[in-house]
Amino acid sequence: MNWGLTILLLVPIVGALIAALMPLRQIGGVAAIMTLIQVGFLIPIVLDFKIGTELTGFVDELWLPELGVHYSLGIDGLNLFMICLVVLAWSIATFAASRHEFAQPRMFYAMLALAEVGTLGAFMAQDLILFVLFFDLLLVPFYFLIGMWGKDTELGNSRRATATFMIYTLVGSLLMLVCAVALGVLSSTQNGTPLTFEFADLAANQVGNSTQNWLFVGFMLALLIKMPIPPLHGWMPITYKATPLPVLIVLSAVVAKLGAFGFLRIVMPLMPHAVDSFQPLLLLLAVIAIIYGSVMAFSQDDTRLVVGYSSIAQIGFVLLGIFVIDAKGAEGAILQMINHGIVVIALFLIIAFLGERAGSEKLSEMGGLAKNAPIFATLFLIVALATLAMPGSMNFVGETYILFGAFQTKFVWGVVASIGVVLAAVYMLRMFQRSMHNRGSAGDEATNSRSRELDSGELGLLVPAVLVILALAIYPQYVVERVEPNAAQTVKSVTQPAQPVALDTDGGVER
Amino acid sequence: MNTLIAVASTVKAPSVEWNTLIPYFVLAGGAIVTLFASLIAGRTAQRGLVPLLAVATLIASGVFFAIGLHDLDANVLSGALRVDDLARVFSLLFIASALVSIVLAWRSPTLQDFGRGEFYSLLITVVLGMALLASAQNLVTVFLALELFSIPLYVLCAADLRREGSLESGIKYLIIGSLGSATLLYGLALTYGATGSTDFAAINVALSSAKIGDDALLLVGVALTFVGLAFKASIAPFHQWTPDVYEGAPTPVTAFMAVATKAATFALILRYTGQAILPIVDHWQPVLAALAVVTIVVGNLGAMGQKSLKRLLGYSGVAQAGYLLVGVVVSSALGARATVFYMLVYLFMNVAPFAVITARERAGAGEGFDGLRGLGREAPALAWSMTISMIALSGLPITAGFIGKLFLIEAAVDGDYAWLAVVIVLGSAMSLVYYLRVVAAMWMGADATASSVASGDAVLAGASPEADSSKHPELVAIAVLAAAGSVVFGVWPGPLLDLARDAAISFLQLVA
Repeated sequence: MNWGLTILLLVPIVGALIAALMPLRQIGGVAAIMTLIQVGFLIPIVLDFKIGTELTGFVDELWLPELGVHYSLGIDGLNLFMICLVVLAWSIATFAASRHEFAQPRMFYAMLALAEVGTLGAFMAQDLILFVLFFDLLLVPFYFLIGMWGKDTELGNSRRATATFMIYTLVGSLLMLVCAVALGVLSSTQNGTPLTFEFADLAANQVGNSTQNWLFVGFMLALLIKMPIPPLHGWMPITYKATPLPVLIVLSAVVAKLGAFGFLRIVMPLMPHAVDSFQPLLLLLAVIAIIYGSVMAFSQDDTRLVVGYSSIAQIGFVLLGIFVIDAKGAEGAILQMINHGIVVIALFLIIAFLGERAGSEKLSEMGGLAKNAPIFATLFLIVALATLAMPGSMNFVGETYILFGAFQTKFVWGVVASIGVVLAAVYMLRMFQRSMHNRGSAGDEATNSRSRELDSGELGLLVPAVLVILALAIYPQYVVERVEPNAAQTVKSVTQPAQPVALDTDGGVER
Repeated sequence: MNTLIAVASTVKAPSVEWNTLIPYFVLAGGAIVTLFASLIAGRTAQRGLVPLLAVATLIASGVFFAIGLHDLDANVLSGALRVDDLARVFSLLFIASALVSIVLAWRSPTLQDFGRGEFYSLLITVVLGMALLASAQNLVTVFLALELFSIPLYVLCAADLRREGSLESGIKYLIIGSLGSATLLYGLALTYGATGSTDFAAINVALSSAKIGDDALLLVGVALTFVGLAFKASIAPFHQWTPDVYEGAPTPVTAFMAVATKAATFALILRYTGQAILPIVDHWQPVLAALAVVTIVVGNLGAMGQKSLKRLLGYSGVAQAGYLLVGVVVSSALGARATVFYMLVYLFMNVAPFAVITARERAGAGEGFDGLRGLGREAPALAWSMTISMIALSGLPITAGFIGKLFLIEAAVDGDYAWLAVVIVLGSAMSLVYYLRVVAAMWMGADATASSVASGDAVLAGASPEADSSKHPELVAIAVLAAAGSVVFGVWPGPLLDLARDAAISFLQLVA
C-alpha cells in the first residue's frame, strides 16, 4: 500500500494532537508550526507529479467489501493544485489564528485540523462514497467552529449562523449520499457488474439516461449549495459575518471550491448525458451568479460581504467554465479555482488587518488607512488587481480561458459573462479606495493614529500569499500544463461518452 | 399397564443438546444464585459479591455464546430452538447491554430499597428471555420467551420505589406491554389456525404450498402479530408508551431497554419475516414500508421539542426503530445484514448518553437540557463521549452510525426501495436538529452566568459538579469506551460487518 497520501491526510490530526499536549498558551503556536510539517510532506508529492492523466500516489484498498466501498485516494491534474491550496490556506489560517486567543484552544485547533482532513480527503478521494464521507464530515468541525467561536452579528447570533449553515449544507450533503449510493447500486444492476463506487469503474459502467437525470439533480443541489450559487446562497451572508476570520479563510478559499470540484470529478465523468441536458440551466445559473454577485458586492458596506459576494461572482465564472463543455473552459475553471482561493486568503487577511486598525469591518467606518502604511497599501493593491484579473495575473489567464471556451461553444453566454469582468474592477477598486484612501470618517487626527504599517507578524502572513500570487503571475505555465490533460479528458468524457449507456431500468422496476 | 408402557415408549422424549444449551443454563443458574447470594447481609456482599456474581454470570454465558459462534449444527430441542449465529450474536448484544446497565446501576442509590439481588437477578432473567427469543423457532417458544423477558422488565421499570414516576412507568409498561402480548398471542393463534402448525419452517411450507396466501384468517393473524411486535419495538403508531416509560424508569433500566428490548424484538422480526412468512412477502412488505416511514417521521418530530433527555432518547429510539425496519422491509440478505449491523452499532452509540444522564442525575442536575449546560468545561471526557454518540446517532461520517446508515441505504436502494432510502436521509437531517441541540447545550451558549447558576443549584443540591468525572470513574470509563467504539468501528467496521454477515447467513440459509 502506498502510504504517501494517507500520511498527508493524517498529519493535520497528529499535529492537533501534539499541540493539544502543550500548555494552553502555546497550543496555537505549536499547531501553526505543525502545519509546516505538512508542507514538507506535500513538496515531494508535487515534485513527483508527472504531466499526464495518470494518478499519482494512487491507493486502492477494499474498505467495506459488503458495500463495495474502496479506500481509494489519488492525485491528478484536477486536484493537485487544490491540495496545495488546502495546505497553504490551512497553514496561513492556523498562523493567523495563533495570533489571537480562543477559548478552549485545544478543541479549536482540533476542529480546524478535522476540517482540513475532511477537505483534503474529499479532494483526493477516488471513490464516490469516500468523497461523500469526507464531504459530510466537514459538517462536524464547521458546526463547532462557527457555533462556539463565531460572533453575534445584526443578522443573528452565532448559534443561528451555525444552524443556518448546517441546514443548508446538510440537506445537500445527505441528498448527495442517497444519490451516490443509488448511482453505485444502479450502475451495478443495470450493467450487471459487481458493486463498486470507484470513479474509474463508475465512469466505465454508466447508468441509463433518465437515471442520470434524477441523480444529477441531487448532486447539483448539494454542490451548488456548497459553492454557493444563487438562489442557494442563503447561508452565505450570516455565516460569513459570524465566522471567525481564520475559519472563514479556509471556508471561503477552499471548502467552497469543493462544490465546483465535484462537478468536474463526479458529475461530468459519471453523468455525461445529464450534463448535456442540464447545460442551459447551469449556464443560466452561472451568468446570474456572475451578475448578481458583482452587483451585490458593489453595494455592500461590510468588507466580509464584499468579498463574499465577489466570491459568488468568481465561482460563477468557474461554473461557466465547467458548463461551456470545452477543454479550454474547463481548464480555465480549474485555474480560476486556484486563483480565487489564493486571493481570498489574502483578502480575508487584509480584512482582519483593516478591522484591527479601523475598529470595524465596515467600509463606511474605514478610510485613509494607507496614510502611514505604504507597504500594506501596495500589497493590498497587488491582491486587488489580481482579483479583478489584471492582464499579467494568473486570474487573467483563467478568465481568458473561460471566456475563450465560452465564445467557442456558447457565444451569447460569453458576451454576457464578460460584463462580470468589468464589474469586478468596479467592486474591488471601490473596496480598496474606501478603505485605504478616502478621508476617514473620524477626521484626520484619528485617521493618522489609526493608520499603521503592517508589523512583522502581519507581513509574515500576507507576504507568502502575495508571493504565490506573483509567482503564478510570472509562470502560470507550470500550473497550466499540469492541469491541461485532465481538463481535456474530463470534457471528453461528456463530448464523447466512453461507452454506449446501459438500458434504463429505472430504480423501481426490477433487479 | 402394558398399554401404558407401549404408549410411553412411542412418545419420544426430545433429545436435549446440553452442550449447545450451556449458555442458557448459565443464565438461569446465575439468576438464582445471585438472588440467594443477596440474602447475605452486609455492605461487602451487597455492593461487592452480588454484582460480581451477576457480572460473572453474564460474562460466562457470553463466553459460551462466543465459543459456539460458527457452529452450524444449530437445531436443539427438536427444533424448538435454533442456536445459530443470529441467536448468538444477538445474545452477546443483550449480555453487553446488561453489563452496561449493571455498571450504571452499580453505585445507584435507588437500588437500596428495591434490593440489589432482585435487581440483578431480574436483569439476568430478562437476558435469558431475550436470548431464548432470538433463537425461537416456534410460535409457542416465541410467546414463552417474550413473556419471560417482558414480565421482569415491568418490575424493573418500577424499581425506583420512592419515585412516583418510576411506579407510573412500571404500571404503564405493564398495561401497554400486556396489551401488546395479548395482541401478539391472538395473532399467533390465528396464524396457527390458518396454517395448522406452530413451527416457523412448517408455516413456511404451508404458505408456499397451499393457496392460503389470501386467506383472511392468516392475514389477520399476521397483522396482529406485527401489531404486537410493533408495541414491543416501539414502532409508530404503537410507540406512545416509549417516552413516558423511558423517562420514568430508572436510568440503568432505560439504558438496557433502549438497546436490548429493541434488539430482541428485531431478532424475532427478522426470523419471523425471513423464515415463517416469507412466501407472502408481497402482502406485508408495503405495510412494513409504510410503518417504517411513519415511525421515522413520528420519532424525529417527537424528539424535536423535548426538554428531558430521556424523553428525547425515547423518541429518537422510535426513529431508529424506523431505520432498522427498512432493513426488514427489503427482505433480502443485504437488508438482514444491514439490520443486524445497525443493531450492533446502536449498542455503542447508546451508552454514553445514559452514562451522562446517570452522572448528571447523581450530581443533582437532573436529566433535562439544563443539566447539560457547561458539561464541556466541567467533565470534558463525558462531554466528548456524548458529542461523539450524538454525531454517530445522527449518522455523520467517521462514526459507526454512518456506516450503519450507509448499509441500510444501500440495502434499500438494492431492494428497489430507493424512496425509503430518501426517507432515512430526511429523517437523519431532521434528527440533527435535536442531536445538535444536545451538543450545543454542552459546549455552546453556556455563558458565564448560566453555568454559574446551574452549578450553584447543583452545589445547593449537595453535589460539586467540578468533581464530576473523578466521582464516577466507572461512568466515564464506559462512556469513553463506547464512544471510542463508535469511532473505531466507523473507520474499521470489518469485525462487526463479519458478525452481521454470519448472523444473516445463518438463518437465511434455511430459506434459500
